[in-house]
Order: sequence, then structure tokens, then C-alpha cells
Amino acid sequence: MSQAAEHVHAQGQQHPIKIYLWIWALLFLFSIFSYLVDYFDLHGALRWTLILTFMIVKASFIVGVFMHMAWERLALKMAILVPPLALLILISLMAIEGDYTFVTRLAAFVAR
Amino acid sequence: MANDIQAGAAPEGLQGVAADYSADKQAFPVPWGKAMMWIFLLSDTFIFTCFLTSYMNVRISTTVPWPHPSEVFALDVGGAHIPLLLIAIMTMILITSSGTMAMAVNFGYRRHRGYTTALMLITAALGATFVAMQAFEWTKLIVQENVRPWANPMGAAQFGSSFFMITGFHGLHVSAGVIYLTVVALRVWNGFYDRKGTYETVEIAGLYWHFVDLVWVFIFALFYLW
Repeated sequence: MSQAAEHVHAQGQQHPIKIYLWIWALLFLFSIFSYLVDYFDLHGALRWTLILTFMIVKASFIVGVFMHMAWERLALKMAILVPPLALLILISLMAIEGDYTFVTRLAAFVAR
Repeated sequence: MANDIQAGAAPEGLQGVAADYSADKQAFPVPWGKAMMWIFLLSDTFIFTCFLTSYMNVRISTTVPWPHPSEVFALDVGGAHIPLLLIAIMTMILITSSGTMAMAVNFGYRRHRGYTTALMLITAALGATFVAMQAFEWTKLIVQENVRPWANPMGAAQFGSSFFMITGFHGLHVSAGVIYLTVVALRVWNGFYDRKGTYETVEIAGLYWHFVDLVWVFIFALFYLW
């Protein structure tokens, strides 16, 4: 690994073209899958699970291989990938807040 | 080249993290431009997440039904009604451009000046095509379907403001990327990076372009498909 790391640093990020072509093909495949979710008009929990799964798989391929994050040292991975986890707190809080606003609105101008 | 001195001996894993941060050397053994691009993309992640979170918040809290994106963005082609057709084509174009960009970075490090320039210009052209299709989509929505940031005939008023803000900001990123890639491609062609001795700028431009594709993955899933 350290030899490989040395090679990467000496030459910049250089990997076989085959890897990129594979990831490229997989991105197409998963985009078609997400499109089919809409095409077959799936609903409810199944739809949301599939959409989020395909989204995360595609995002990992892009960040990991195309942006070479998989080959970076852990210090850089952590500096870039850990801070966005704070956003999960923002998303949860805003989801709770949105629900509260919805219920308040129902009580204020729909129930009347 | 100072980066190379310690790279071979550095430990891996969490030990490596501690060593990278505490040793008397730069923390990230990558070109400074690349580290800065990553930091910029991190801040951009926060901006786009704020947009998508505000969209989630207004969509949860509205009592008026949300317009069905699958129908709003459907196209009639030769009598057939195909849902999300334009968006699907735009997605494919952006993924293709990400692929050509990855190849450009690869050929850059192999010092193939011609291939790198050509692949980067193809990437920029695909990006420009994406923006053109987005302009068509906006025109159709504003002129034919009467969608405005404050109201629309299909349902919740927040649909328009969320749509124009999120896709508009993404389109701005794509447009900026097209200019950025064209400038770097011309510099590859005139041998600027051969004289500089490194093609790292191509990889840094690539990082930005892949990020634009990455944001589209999230917009496609959360706005168009949800």
C-alpha cells in the first residue's frame, strides 16, 4: 500500500482506464434504475427507499472513483467527508419543524 | 515535490491521521490547489444542502398538494406521453460528461496533450448542451405552464420558488464549469502545463466538474423523483 501511495504521489492520481469505464457504465445503469422507479410509478416507502439507495450508490461512485477519494489518505477523507454529517442534524430539525408548521396550518386555516 | 519525501514511510489508518496532522509537515500530501478545491466543494455542499433542506421544509409544511414532477416534466413525443423524458436525457448527458472528464484527467497525467484537450472540450460541450436543455425546460415551464416563483396553476406555490432556486443555482455552476473547463483545455493545448511540469490543474478542474454531476444526482432524486 505504501508503495502504491508513493506511486500515486509521484505521478498524481493515475489508474487504469478500465475502472473509469466500469464506473461510467454503472452510473448509467443506476440512473436507468432510478428512472424506472418513476416510470413504473412505484409509491410509498418502496419508492423512497429505492430512490435514496440509487442516489447514495451513484454519489459514492462519483466521489470515490471519479473524484479519487478512495485513494486519498484518511486524513483528507475525514476532513472532507465528516463535516457534512452535521447537515443530518439540520435536515432532522427542519423535518420536525416542517411537520410542526404543517399541523399548525391545518389547525389554523384548514380545520376552520 | 516536497510531498514525496514522507509519503512512503507514513503509517495508514487512524495512526496515519494522527501522523499527518501532528508531524512537522503539511497535513495533506496533495497539491495545495487540490486541497483548496476540496474545501470549496465542502462549502458548496453546505450551500446546496441548505437549498434542498429548505425545499424539504416547505414541501412538508404546505397544506396545498405538491405538483406531481413526473407529470410537470413530461414531454409529448410523436403522440406518446413520456414522463420526465427531458430530465432523463439531461441526466445521461451530465453522466457522460463526467466520464469524458475522468478520461481527460487520466490522459493528462499520461501527458497526452491532444486527447486531454479534446476530451475536456467534449466535456464542456456536453455541459453547454445541458444548460441549453435547461433553458428550454425553464422556457416551457414559464411560458406554457405559467409557473412563477410565487404561484403556479398545478398546486403548492412553493414549487416554483424551490425549482427556480435549486436548478438555477445548479445551472449557474454548470455554466461556470463550462468556462472553467474551456480555459483549462486551451492551456493544456498551448502546452502551459507541460512548461509548468504538472497536470494537477486538470484534475482540480475535474473535481469541480464531478461535483456538479454529484449535485445533479441529489437534485434528480430529491426534486424530480420524490
